[in-house]
Parts: sequence; C-alpha cells; structure tokens
Amino acid sequence: MSAKLSEHVREEIDHWVAKFPPDRKRSAVISALHAVQHENRGYLTTDLMDAVAEYLDLPNILVYEVASFYSMFETKPVGRHHISVCTNISCMLRGSQEVVEYVEKKLGIKTGTSTPDGRIYLKREEECLAACCGAPMMMVDHVYHENLTPQSIDKILDELT
Amino acid sequence: MPYEQNLVLFEAFKYERSWTLEGYRQFGGYQAWEKILREQTPREKIIDEVKASGLRGRGGAAFPTGVKWSFMPRSSPVQKYVVCNSDESEPGTAHDREILRFNPHSIIEGMAIGGYAMTATVGYNYIRGEFLAEPIPRFEAALAEAYAAGLLGKNILGSGVDFDLHTFIGAGAYICGEETALLESLEGKPGKPRFKPPFPANFGLFGKPTTINNTQSFASVPSIMRKGAAWFAGLGPVNSGGTVIFSVSGHVERPGNFELPMGIPFKDLMDLVGGVWKGRKLKAVIPGGSSCMVVPAEIMWNTNMDYDSLKKAGSSFGTGAVIVMDETTCMVRALERLARFYMSESCGQCTPCREGTGWLDRMLKRIIAGEGRSEDLGLLLDVANRIEGHTICALGDAAAWPVQSFLKHFRPEFQYMIEHKGRSIMEGATHLDGRPAVAA
Repeated sequence: MSAKLSEHVREEIDHWVAKFPPDRKRSAVISALHAVQHENRGYLTTDLMDAVAEYLDLPNILVYEVASFYSMFETKPVGRHHISVCTNISCMLRGSQEVVEYVEKKLGIKTGTSTPDGRIYLKREEECLAACCGAPMMMVDHVYHENLTPQSIDKILDELT
Repeated sequence: MPYEQNLVLFEAFKYERSWTLEGYRQFGGYQAWEKILREQTPREKIIDEVKASGLRGRGGAAFPTGVKWSFMPRSSPVQKYVVCNSDESEPGTAHDREILRFNPHSIIEGMAIGGYAMTATVGYNYIRGEFLAEPIPRFEAALAEAYAAGLLGKNILGSGVDFDLHTFIGAGAYICGEETALLESLEGKPGKPRFKPPFPANFGLFGKPTTINNTQSFASVPSIMRKGAAWFAGLGPVNSGGTVIFSVSGHVERPGNFELPMGIPFKDLMDLVGGVWKGRKLKAVIPGGSSCMVVPAEIMWNTNMDYDSLKKAGSSFGTGAVIVMDETTCMVRALERLARFYMSESCGQCTPCREGTGWLDRMLKRIIAGEGRSEDLGLLLDVANRIEGHTICALGDAAAWPVQSFLKHFRPEFQYMIEHKGRSIMEGATHLDGRPAVAA
C-alpha cells in the first residue's frame, strides 16, 4: 500500500497532466516528483514514488528511473535546506574550492552530507548552474547567491532556520 | 571599438520592468505577432525571412534556424510541436537566464511566430529545474499575461490561428540540453539521446514532427520580423546574422554578459571586461563553453569572435561562453574539473562515453594525487580518441575535446606533475617581478 498524496500535490500533478495529450500523463512525472519532494521537506521515499506511479497509472519502475536519473531528486533522507556550491570551471577559477571549504567548516559537515539536526544538506553539485559571470556562486533552496564572500556566506547560512 | 551593445535581446535592459507585457510593448513587443495574425502572412514568407536573416542556432551547433524550420512537414495534418531549449547548462554559459529574467515575452512571441510558420499549434519551453526561484516564475508570469491579453490560445485575436504554450521544468541533467534527450525528458523519461535519423522534424515529441530551438534563437525572431531580415543580417558577418551574447567568466576584472556584433576581435572583448584580473597575463581561453577546445593566449589574442575565426584558431564558437584563464592556472586541475563534469553527466547509454569518461576522470585524479604513471598521457589521449565519434550524441565528443586540446597545448604541465608526484608546475613559479604565480 503506497502513501497517500495530499490534495495539494494531486492538484499540482493535475495541473501538469493538463499540459499534455490525454494519453501522455507520463510527461508529468518530473513535476509530480518535484511537488512530492517539496512537500516531504526535500527528499523522496519509495512510498511516495509508488504513490506518484499509482496516480499516473505507471509501473513503479518508470518513476524510480526518473527519480534516480535527475540530480535534483534525493532518494535518501537529507536535510531540509539544500545548498549547492557550484564548482564547475568558471566558479573554480574564481575560488569555489575555498567556498566549499568555508561552508564545510562552518557547518561542520562534508559535501554530500547533512547536518545532524537535519537543517542543512550540502549537496554535491556537478553541474554548472549558469551564473558564471557571478562566480563564485551557490544555490540555496533554488535561490542563487552570486559573488560570494565569507561575509555573505555567513549571512546566508545564519538566516536558514 | 566602441561597439553598439544590446541591439536585439538585451534591448530590454533599457526599459523599466521589461519582463512585463507593458514593459515589452515599449520596445515593439507583439507588433510582429499581431501583424502576422492580422495579415495572415504566408508561412513560407516567414520562413524565408528567418533564412534571409542569417540567424543560426545559438545553442552551440549553429545550424541555420530558417532552414531547420523548413524541414517541418507543414502541409501534414498531424499535430506538430515547437520546443524551446531553455535548459542552459553548458559550463561558462549564463545568458539565457538573462533573457528569461528580463525579456521572457520575446521568447513567447518568437515561439508563437515559429509555431504559426511551421503549423505547430502547441509549444513547450523546457527550462532547467535549477531556475525555479526566479527565471521560471518570470517566464510563467509572462505566459499568463500573454494569455490574458488574448495573444495565445485558440482563435487568437479572431484570426482563426491556435497556439498554446506551456512551461516545462527539468530536474537537473546537463544531457537534456541535447535536443532528443530533451524530448525524452518532456515525455517523462530519463534524458537519454535518441539515434538520429529520424530527426525531430519527422519524429519528435510523442513521435510527432517537432522543431527545437535555443532560447536565444526564438527570442531573436520578433526583432527579425519587426525590423527586417536585412537589418538583422547586417548586424553580423556574412552567413551569421545578428548579435551574439558573450558570457565572459573566469579570470577577468569584470565578468559579465555582453550582447555584441559577432566577429569582434577577442582583444576588444577583453577591453570591455577590463582585461585579465589582478594585472596578470593571459594563459588560455576556452572560447565557447567547456565543450570547446582550449586555445593558448598567443593564438587567442589574434582571433576574432566568430564561427570561422575560432575554427581557424582550433576551437569553435559554441555558445559564446568565453572562459578566461590567467597565467597562474594549473591546467591539470582545470582539466580534471571538466573531466569530472562529463563523467558525472554522461547518461550512460553508450559504452565508450560511460566507461571512457570514468577512465579520464580517474586518470586525472591519479595524476593530481601524485600517482600518475609515465604512460598515462598516452592512455588519456587513447581513451579520448576512442570516445570521440563513437557515441549517439555529442557529449562524448565534448568530453574528448578538452582532453585532446589541453594535452596538445599544455602537455609539459601534465608531464611535470607526473614526474613530480602531483606537484603542479605552477607551484613555486613566479612572475617576472618575483611575485608567486599561483593564485592564493
């Protein structure tokens, strides 16, 4: 028995389903997973993925393969605020390694892990986040912060509750 | 020098709240679309106009947009689609985000015109998931405004023309910038590129004829229709009309996006960004996004920024993303970063790419860790050569080219690191005045 989707999530999925031909509900999988992950405070569970599959009339595996393919989906429990420090070439050239080290030290965790209180997840970001002219940058819960300095990082992290 | 900037896509910067319908109307917004609807402009004429403008795909492949449009089977009664690729993710590239944030209506109008010209009544703008906080809401708000003003939907402004446009949100995958991977993703699947042929114009989204263009390509169309193909063509050199947006990043004084005529000399572009930062010297440039070949400084200084010149310089124009590296850059570490990226973003369906990118990454890490072997450089090249040209999509080539070009131009740095157990040739190196060369 899979988990139950909230009314809000079902409405959100319906909104996406309506953008596609009637026999193409599968196109809404990615948006459905975004909605479910958001409501579950930042990660997916097997139960939730099964519920999405059931709602969209899909075999479970078709939902799992999407959840595991795309980097924005987390399939293990992680902290509720997601931080991605861009370390791709343009940011690397402007000190992203120092940013990573500074954030790791401040939070007391390594990249790829969450704080023990479940507040923050420091994600390993492999992609370039397309803000190269504002390097170094990081994304916190989808919000871009550019031209980072130790002072600005302190302010951003301290404000996360 | 000086150059006139922001003539097409960044024209929006001059106007208050340019991302709103009212703001967009201030610089001719939707005039072209309304005229087409009013006059029922022959579709052929629009396609000819786009061809004559010299507009070429700005996503990296530079295919002539009008020619691409002409591939669609316009007279076929089946459902057709237009898709905009706003999955901007080529490392170094940061200009489509600006269009989404400051000129979203130009994308909508361009897609509507394209849809009309190709008899496609439904469009999707595929925007990368990481743009969720700002660019996506801007685009969605613009879309809602366009619908409310009757500029989209069924029987638009009483013309009998239908065009529905939807936003689609990705979820983090570089490969979805490849057009057939993007279509797979739109169908709710992992983004694994398809074999071509069949090409999307015959077998695209849901198996229906589909044309996919880059954000910048679609956003250029309204200006072309409004001001004419000749005007647009005249902004650039022969066979590549219009302006181009350079994203200049890395070791420069003032990184930024600059909309300029194509073909300006690299040294003029460097003047605009204040030159190499900290008074240092230029070492190398990746001139069109991370998938292009690296070019050493001495060649770059004498190169113009257009398709032919950059090809002659041993690289390519790519996305217009100019990644600048100063004299302190360790080229082994820079290449390791790129190799790691391609390894992580390979979709995994072609063996040469899936396995080869892992090999490249592991070998470079081993060299940096001081465990490099003398035969590693030959092996790196061998693996890169075995990936190149042996995969379904261009990601394999994109992974191979940096390795080939870094080794071609900077081989002694790699050799030095292997021989010195992981020590970079840049460590201990000094400027002529004795300052340490390695960035602090």
